[in-house]
Amino acid sequence: MIWVDTVLQGVLLGGLYALFALGLSLVFGIMRLVNLAHGDLIVFAAYLILMLVTLLGLGPFVAALIALPIMFGLGWALQRVVLNRVLGTDILPPLLVTFGLSVVLQNALLEGFSADSRRIPAGWLETASLPVGPISLGVMPLLTFLSAIGVTLALQFIFYRTSLGRAFRATSDDPVTASLMGVKPASVFAQATGIAMVVVTIAALYLGTRANFDPTTGPARLIYAFEAVIIGGLGSLWGTLAGGVIIGVAQTVGAQINPEWQILAGHVAFLAVLLVRPRGLFPRAFD
Amino acid sequence: MALLETRGLTAFYGDFQALFGVDLTLAEGETVAVIGANGAGKTTLMRSIAGVIRQALGMVRFDGREIGAMAPDEIMALGIAMVPEGRKLFPSLSVEENLLMGAHRRKVAGPWRLETVYDLFPILKERRGQPGTALSGGQQQMVSIGRALMSNPRVLLCDEISLGLAPVVIRDIYAAFPRIRETGASIVVVEQDIGQALKVADRVHCMMEGRVTLSGRPEELSREAIHDAYFGAAA
Repeated sequence: MIWVDTVLQGVLLGGLYALFALGLSLVFGIMRLVNLAHGDLIVFAAYLILMLVTLLGLGPFVAALIALPIMFGLGWALQRVVLNRVLGTDILPPLLVTFGLSVVLQNALLEGFSADSRRIPAGWLETASLPVGPISLGVMPLLTFLSAIGVTLALQFIFYRTSLGRAFRATSDDPVTASLMGVKPASVFAQATGIAMVVVTIAALYLGTRANFDPTTGPARLIYAFEAVIIGGLGSLWGTLAGGVIIGVAQTVGAQINPEWQILAGHVAFLAVLLVRPRGLFPRAFD
Repeated sequence: MALLETRGLTAFYGDFQALFGVDLTLAEGETVAVIGANGAGKTTLMRSIAGVIRQALGMVRFDGREIGAMAPDEIMALGIAMVPEGRKLFPSLSVEENLLMGAHRRKVAGPWRLETVYDLFPILKERRGQPGTALSGGQQQMVSIGRALMSNPRVLLCDEISLGLAPVVIRDIYAAFPRIRETGASIVVVEQDIGQALKVADRVHCMMEGRVTLSGRPEELSREAIHDAYFGAAA
């Protein structure tokens, strides 16, 4: 039974990693932009939620609801003002700019919030659990996983059932021809980054309520996000969710064998998938 | 007054000058063919009008409005739709989604909507759920034309629509032109297939090395004059 519990806890943990990764997957899938500041943006959003909770006395979920449009606007502006200027055939400029943004964000957060680790208080939810037979599942991990599924479904709906999603896919395929259809690629990219920041905010809510964070927490979240995206197959949303779950299960199984192996087991699983399926589990049919 | 007009249109790819002062006019409801060999500047002319290439010099006017500095999406919104060379279907979109992309920005009432495009090219209705790129070359060209029509354009720019297609397929595609013309759209057809161009056009411009070397109505142009303008007098 302990192994069933271990795997279940891993699946739920995978939901958090999937939330880290879905925004990254969205941005990469549409504009082939690797955002090295993605993890730091999650931490930034966590601090934003924390500020709303502590300054306004709001609950974390209400604070996240307020943070969502703020982060959407921030993402939209970041893309319009900064990232659109460096997008092109050369992948190096966006990498350098987002790396620089990562450094700026970490230092700004250090300046503003110090190096002390923080946590978003979630009250009774922090310790609440649901008994499922002989196993007990934490409410927050369960909410995290359900949110990951909800976000994946919502993104799938936007991508495949809306005119905006058609424009996302068309612009991703061929921005010049999309512009001949009346699409403004710069605007489409800005909307995509805005939506990615909404996902980032949801990830930040669960990161901040489930674990301590500090200004330097971002890069490690970025690595988990990368691994989940690559395991799932670049640009595949359900693949990203599966990638997160694989890392989560690998980590909990590794930790069950030897607590020191937890982080290592996730990375080993990532390398193992890459060896067997270099393009990930669910790659797009074309790139 | 011409619906679409270029005056002294000059275009560059970096330092390479591809167009040298091209003048072209298109009247309401008219079909103009632009013919010429590879590298004559025909596609550059189309891309310059559509805003994909920003010309350094010259003027492009549509319906009395200067559009030379506009972005492609703004030009498209005014009513100039392009069927690009090589079809350029979106591989991640189905046939129907490709068609719907044509009306993404310009949603004006007109004769062209999904049903009428399917009526024009019935095979597309059967293949509506398939990826556009899974179709044959001719069917892809139908999607590309249908996609441009979905915006109910006032001007349709068709760039090399017969390129790489079998003669029987080319004939099928050009068979749709009379219906497109009936709707009142003005058309610019860029072609290497001189015979096809002369059949559909009210007027013909021949280009060579970025310049218009011959203009006139098809019935006024002799084979020799076209040959000289197409290949150069010394050829």
